[in-house]
Amino acid sequence: MTVSDLIALCPLILLAFTAVLVMLVTALRRNHLLAATLTAVGITLAFLAILVTSLPLAPRQVTPLLVLDHYALFYIGLVLAASLAVAILSYPYLKGREGNYEEFYILLLLATLGSAVLAGSTHFASFFLGLEILSVSLYALIAYPRTWERSIEAGVKYLILAAASAAFLLFGMALLYAEIGTMEFSQIATAARGVPGTFLKAGLAMIIVGLGFKLAVVPFHIWTPDVYEGAPAPVTAFVATVSKGSVFALLLRYFTHIDLQTYFPLFLLFSIIAIASMFIGNLLALLQKNVKRILAYSSIAHLGYLLVAFLASGALGPMAVAFYLVAYFVTTLGAFGVITVLSGKERDADDLDDYRGLFRDSPYLTGTFTAMLLSLAGIPLTAGFVGKFYIVFAGAGSALWLLVLCLVAASATGLFYYLRIVGALYAGSPEAKRTPLAQASVSLAGKLVLAVLLILLVWLGVYPTPFVQLIQAIFSRPI
Amino acid sequence: MMLLWLILILAVAGVLSWLSERWNSKLPRWISLMAPTITLVLVLILWRRHLGQMGLTQNQQWLAEIDWKWIPQLGIGFHLGIDGLSLLLVLLTAFLGILAVVSSWTEIRERIGFFYFNLMWVLAGIIGVFLALDLFLFYVFWEMMLVPMYFLIAFWGHENRVYASLKFFLFTQASGLLMLATILGLYFVHGRNTGVYTFDYGHLLGTSMAPSTALWLMSGFFIAFAVKLPAVPVHTWLPDAHTEAPTAGSIVLAGLLLKTGAYGLLRFVIPLFPGVSSQFAPVAMILGVIGILYGAILAFAQTDLKRLVAYTSVSHMGFVLLGVFAWNSLALQGAIMQIICHGISTGTLFFLVGALQERIRTRDMNRMGGFWSTMPRMGGVMLFFALASLGLPGLGNFVGEFLVLNGAYQAHAGLTALAAIGFVFATIYSLWIIHRVFHGSKAEYPPLPDLLVRELAVTGVMIAALVWLGLNPQIILKTSQSALHNLQQSAILTQKGTMSSPGVDFNRARATPAQAKVARSAERPFGQGGMP
Repeated sequence: MTVSDLIALCPLILLAFTAVLVMLVTALRRNHLLAATLTAVGITLAFLAILVTSLPLAPRQVTPLLVLDHYALFYIGLVLAASLAVAILSYPYLKGREGNYEEFYILLLLATLGSAVLAGSTHFASFFLGLEILSVSLYALIAYPRTWERSIEAGVKYLILAAASAAFLLFGMALLYAEIGTMEFSQIATAARGVPGTFLKAGLAMIIVGLGFKLAVVPFHIWTPDVYEGAPAPVTAFVATVSKGSVFALLLRYFTHIDLQTYFPLFLLFSIIAIASMFIGNLLALLQKNVKRILAYSSIAHLGYLLVAFLASGALGPMAVAFYLVAYFVTTLGAFGVITVLSGKERDADDLDDYRGLFRDSPYLTGTFTAMLLSLAGIPLTAGFVGKFYIVFAGAGSALWLLVLCLVAASATGLFYYLRIVGALYAGSPEAKRTPLAQASVSLAGKLVLAVLLILLVWLGVYPTPFVQLIQAIFSRPI
Repeated sequence: MMLLWLILILAVAGVLSWLSERWNSKLPRWISLMAPTITLVLVLILWRRHLGQMGLTQNQQWLAEIDWKWIPQLGIGFHLGIDGLSLLLVLLTAFLGILAVVSSWTEIRERIGFFYFNLMWVLAGIIGVFLALDLFLFYVFWEMMLVPMYFLIAFWGHENRVYASLKFFLFTQASGLLMLATILGLYFVHGRNTGVYTFDYGHLLGTSMAPSTALWLMSGFFIAFAVKLPAVPVHTWLPDAHTEAPTAGSIVLAGLLLKTGAYGLLRFVIPLFPGVSSQFAPVAMILGVIGILYGAILAFAQTDLKRLVAYTSVSHMGFVLLGVFAWNSLALQGAIMQIICHGISTGTLFFLVGALQERIRTRDMNRMGGFWSTMPRMGGVMLFFALASLGLPGLGNFVGEFLVLNGAYQAHAGLTALAAIGFVFATIYSLWIIHRVFHGSKAEYPPLPDLLVRELAVTGVMIAALVWLGLNPQIILKTSQSALHNLQQSAILTQKGTMSSPGVDFNRARATPAQAKVARSAERPFGQGGMP
């Protein structure tokens, strides 16, 4: 390991360092504001480090475990930006609740570190390490409000299922290793291209099970609504974006090596998963009355859409995935951001009734939430529309017509429940006052994050050109 | 730049009316009244500048054009253009926009700012649809007019608004997404053939492709536009949406939104896929005739006045479908005439029904009757528009339907004969409205105020417009002439381009005499059919 390796690794090192620093500072003196500020500064510095130290060196293989190429840096940047938003939203959310707050930030930083490692990993060892750092931090984060029953329940559910899926993953890796004798993605790909043996097939299947759980695609989606509902709102935002996004980046890197289009059984498998996720996610969301649960099922469907782009061949697929993930990050963070700022001390604002007639009390917040929901539904002038367009574009470019048509049908179904929330926002007569959860004014930090997200949403929806250019520049290189 | 203004003025006015509600609850109305008026004036200036003795004086295809880069990496441009056809439709949009604002003057009492925001954005989206020359941009506008329309129905509609708005949204959104998929299909077919990946309408015209591909792509477009039009099997959203929408919503729906479907057929389906379209024409024409008859019969069976008017739209738009797919100059001219006159007459009918509903709080015709004695002015105006709707000679609608039948007769005599029966039904239901509402046994109501000055002024303008169009249809015909000519030309060019491939030759050989006739009349030099 040389010095330039360390320089290239700067973003990850900074993250780890910040986590330790916050821990030490907390050990000396508990101060919520200080912990939050340190976290935000640390993440921002790590983000800047990507641009300053890592980018000039990219692409760089740092040990066999990690690669910091443009692809990895793009996703690490995305993960960091999202974590920053979550950290800023968490501060006013946690303030005034019982219990200690500082550890929350340490866990958040560690989870972010795990995600960043995932985005850059090219080896089973780093893959598994990253995944476990992420998962273990999430167990604690999900169950963070210790007095909430639902939260504890969600944490335990996540723990059991994540542990089971990690076991699958490990077993799969072991089988692959037994067959090929290597744990590097690129070499596995070469081996898989020949006639795959039984171990290899079984190993791949188990790895898909493990990843499928993290991505919450059908049929590994059962945990999603409960965890989304039980976890505190900022953590839900984190689970929905950072955790899924980084795993998806890894999935894409891993399977791009194995040329998916030519390997029919895998292609078929992913197609089935994609179609099932799109339909089941959207259909089950129709039955929900809890906003967090609705968004949980909607995220299952969105991962299904992403898989369509994942299956598209050529450079278009990864580009569509990248654009969609960014749009999805912005939108999901925005939606959960609104839930976060509206949540009270006793419980999160997750019942549909909490939103009835919100229009009258806080028009700007309602406008933001509407924009986010319309973006999730893929309505023009929002980022979600361009993202969905990009996916259909990639799908049509690879002539995946069945998948594209399923996407069309599924997203038409999806409109129902987004519109139901929007309808509730503007519903009600002036006499029927809703019972506000937290009528304290929305904090400045919350407002700021939501405003930035809203601007991004519209900007990506109206003039995505610079961003498309950036993505094209990054993804025209081989991953 | 001027074209951008047409859209921007409305969009900005929408935002302004939303914001201005804070200061004064009357302000949104005035702002929203101003915006379509300014748009109307702008378009009138453009029209006046280009309207010559024989038609539009123009050097190139578009009277005005904007072609900016938008997302060049994907071949997407911000390309707007206006020709005679678009101009007439934009004119109609601004005109009916004013009517819609006036109709909601007193009807809307809550969330006024947000209401006008939505109304303005629907109008902006519709104008965008009429101007877009890039298929991606077209799709953006197509969707942009959808969401505010949904809000209009869902938040300010009548009793059953939630169901109606969802049905409307699902039908149009699903068909819209299907259209997006086919737009992309066309994009990739064109890109693979020529190496130029673009969504630009001008480039995509003349794309050659295998007939089976063309059939798939065409049906995607056709379904999307048929839902909006609406053609018969996919019309079921319309009665619900029209009935439950607030008056302004019904006016915009019937007067403008339906027209975007007709416009799509004219601008995109046939010029882009002339070969399969001519093959498909008999089916579309049959659907049109079914629409004419079925809509008229169902209209007669309604007891809900608004629903009745909604079904007459199905019937009248059947004429448009018939005319468009007859694809000869007479029928096309007729279809455009019909589009405009139906927009005005049905828009005003909805306005009147809305005014009536505001007075008696019901749309049930069983609870109406004998209003002539209390509201003679409303009765007279309603009678006028009922007569216009049944196609009384001397009014614009007659010219439209007559030309459509005249043109369609050349394409298919049998279907035209059936379609003509629609006139009889139209007479029955139109007079039925007058009979049930204004004559007969008197319904018990406290004294009802007759049409107010504001309402009289607006309906008076509409009456004048219809009479003027009926007596002087030439102005519409000559405005749209060159645009239609261009459309027909590009269709022929595209067809010639595809003829080199063996598949189409095979199809042409199988074409029935009627289709060959359609093709022939399309290729005939413009104007030989004889202008009235």
